Amino acid sequence: MNYSSLLIAIVILFGGAYLLGRNRARALASAGGSLHSLPTHYGALMALWTGLPAVLLLLLWSILQGPVVDALLVKQLPAAIQQGTDIEIQLALSKVHNLAQGAGLAADASLQPAVEHLLALEQRNRVLHMGGALVIALLGLGLSWRRLRPSLRARTEVERIVSVLLFTSSGIAVLTTFGILASVLYEAWAFFQKVNVFEFLFGTTWSPQVALREDQSGSSGSFGAVPLFTGTLLISLIAMSIAVPVGLMSAIYLSEYATPTVRKYAKPALEVLAGIPTVVYGFFAVLTVAPMVRDIGVSMGLDVSSESALAAGLVMGIMIIPFVSSLSDDVINAVPQSLRDGSYGLGATRSETVRQVIIPAALPGIVGAVMLAVSRAIGETMIVAMAAGLAANLTANPLDSVTTVTVQIVTLLVGDQEFDSPKTLAAFALGLVLFLVTLTLNFIALKVVQKYREQYD
Amino acid sequence: MSIIENHTTNGQAFSEAPKLQARNVDVFYGDKQAIYDVSFDIGANEVIALIGPSGCGKSTFLRCLNRMNDTIDICRIEGDILLDEENIYDPKVDVVPLRARVGMVFQKPNPFPKSIYDNIAYGPRIHGLAQSRVELDEIVERSLQRAGLWNEVKDRLHSPGTGLSGGQQQRLCIARTIAVDPEVILMDEPCSALDPIATAKIEELIDELRENYTIAIVTHSMQQAARVSQRTAYFHMGQLIEVNPTDQVFTTPEHSLTEAYITGRFG
Ligand SMILES: Nc1ncnc2c1ncn2[C@@H]1O[C@H](COP(=O)(O)OP(=O)(O)OP(=O)(O)O)[C@@H](O)[C@H]1O
Ligand SMILES: [Mg+2]
Repeated sequence: MNYSSLLIAIVILFGGAYLLGRNRARALASAGGSLHSLPTHYGALMALWTGLPAVLLLLLWSILQGPVVDALLVKQLPAAIQQGTDIEIQLALSKVHNLAQGAGLAADASLQPAVEHLLALEQRNRVLHMGGALVIALLGLGLSWRRLRPSLRARTEVERIVSVLLFTSSGIAVLTTFGILASVLYEAWAFFQKVNVFEFLFGTTWSPQVALREDQSGSSGSFGAVPLFTGTLLISLIAMSIAVPVGLMSAIYLSEYATPTVRKYAKPALEVLAGIPTVVYGFFAVLTVAPMVRDIGVSMGLDVSSESALAAGLVMGIMIIPFVSSLSDDVINAVPQSLRDGSYGLGATRSETVRQVIIPAALPGIVGAVMLAVSRAIGETMIVAMAAGLAANLTANPLDSVTTVTVQIVTLLVGDQEFDSPKTLAAFALGLVLFLVTLTLNFIALKVVQKYREQYD
Repeated sequence: MSIIENHTTNGQAFSEAPKLQARNVDVFYGDKQAIYDVSFDIGANEVIALIGPSGCGKSTFLRCLNRMNDTIDICRIEGDILLDEENIYDPKVDVVPLRARVGMVFQKPNPFPKSIYDNIAYGPRIHGLAQSRVELDEIVERSLQRAGLWNEVKDRLHSPGTGLSGGQQQRLCIARTIAVDPEVILMDEPCSALDPIATAKIEELIDELRENYTIAIVTHSMQQAARVSQRTAYFHMGQLIEVNPTDQVFTTPEHSLTEAYITGRFG
């Protein structure tokens, strides 16, 4: 018996339990008992009792079996290895696993008892594991069958189980976030063992090259991340200075001025912008916008590098326009018509109404939209990687080439890397900074929105 | 039921000292006609009640009087409406000053998401009615006092208007309308969202406002029409059936449809 047939069996039991419960409840009802809940509730309750514990057991078992098996195996290893370091034990264990799968090359006689033990264990494990799940499922079925009587509060119990399930699902999302944070924190911590935090946060030279071999001459790398922060900031600023005014004004046009026909075609057209892959924007930036920026700059007698923050920022701004416009359009449309009527009824013009009534009423939503766009801008990688260059220049000049946090994370991790060199670990430190900044932005956005909510609700 | 052929409005549709005159007004929403050939006067300093079954076109007609229907794309108006003898649908007329002269209060209180002060100051600001902060303060205080709200809000002028109770919000909206110093105030069921006490306050207010303003009020409550208005106009399926002094409409209506409505046989 293998896993898939076990799962099929459980699903069949699950469905069967439902039908069984429902039909039994119907039979009870027609036999004159007055049911507390609908027959389907009894069916659902039995199905949950049958399916849930079995699935839970399977999950727990698969998480726990690895460590347990290893702990049992260690006892079977040759005494010499058992006395050795953790790493030696780990090595021997993985050899045993390989041999058990018939993949080990040179058979090592001293490991043979362990290998045999492992094979026996696995056999028993499979039987116990699958048999256990089936038994539990049948047990659940039987127990709930015995509990089934008209007075059973099936609806209440089903509701409670469902709410626990929902809670668990949202818990998974939250826990994952914490898991990501923890792993990033862990690696970043390792990085800060090798590089001083202050040097990282306030140093102005970024050149993460580390000597590849011990005897190689050269620097040990320099990890001052300020040029990356300023680069990110510069590009985001340029992008926002395009996206916010254009996005907001097109939202106002679409919702307040455009005729229904124009709106019907213009809004989806704008939203198409959001569906274009960022790589394509990158091409556009490199092949069209960057040369244009350079030519215009040169004709004005300016010194423009061929990869400039301006080109990347402009294209990124265009990419973000639909985020601002689409969300703002939604919130502007949600402003009640009665407010517009009130304003027009006092003799206000359209633009007065927009500026003094509609925008203030829609402000929380607009702030939210802008904040979302900012996080997009900060996290955007592809356009910048293609159009802004890799040079970590510390500059506020939009015509220079700059680099951003995200781009550096990518370059640090691309290719074969040692996982404990400062160069690789630096990526996690940068990731941590990125995470904290977006978190703060979202937090501020929430606060702003809340403040206005209180004021206007 | 359908439109009455060759109908002329019964009763005293015209006034000696008219403020607003409607002449042969037809209103269409797209292809659908909502108002049929309505002609009557609204006299200066009178309160006229517009009554009739739901969907008969009271709101539509009221919104013609300050060209609020311009904001509805599919709405088209034929005929003339004269304010002080001047056609408000003349192409030369600018709606901005027109709406300042003919203000409107809506069915649901709709204060702006601003402070109480700024709600009142909104109109005077956009029309440039105050030369200084002091003058603006005066306008705000005077409007709130006329709307009978001053004592309740004078200590919290800068808290949001949306934080007031429903009845207070509606009086705030009336104060906001008064603040631009209109000549006519249009009210579309101004009390339908309010409790009897708030309603009584607003009715009292309407009675006081009559001294300075001409008021047209749409209402579903005959008691309210009887309490606040001098004349009553009965609309039926887009036609104006009868206009007469209010006492007369409610005691001895001229038209059988009016009688059927006020005795509660439909509507
Ligand atoms: N914006 C609009 N678009 C299309 N038709 C409309 C619109 N507004 C009103 N109508 C139609 O015009 C007719 C008159 O409507 P109106 O709102 O003037 O009635 P009313 O007398 O105010 O009714 P109520 O007492 O329910 O407020 C109705 O048939 C209505 O369906
Ligand atoms: Mg109406």
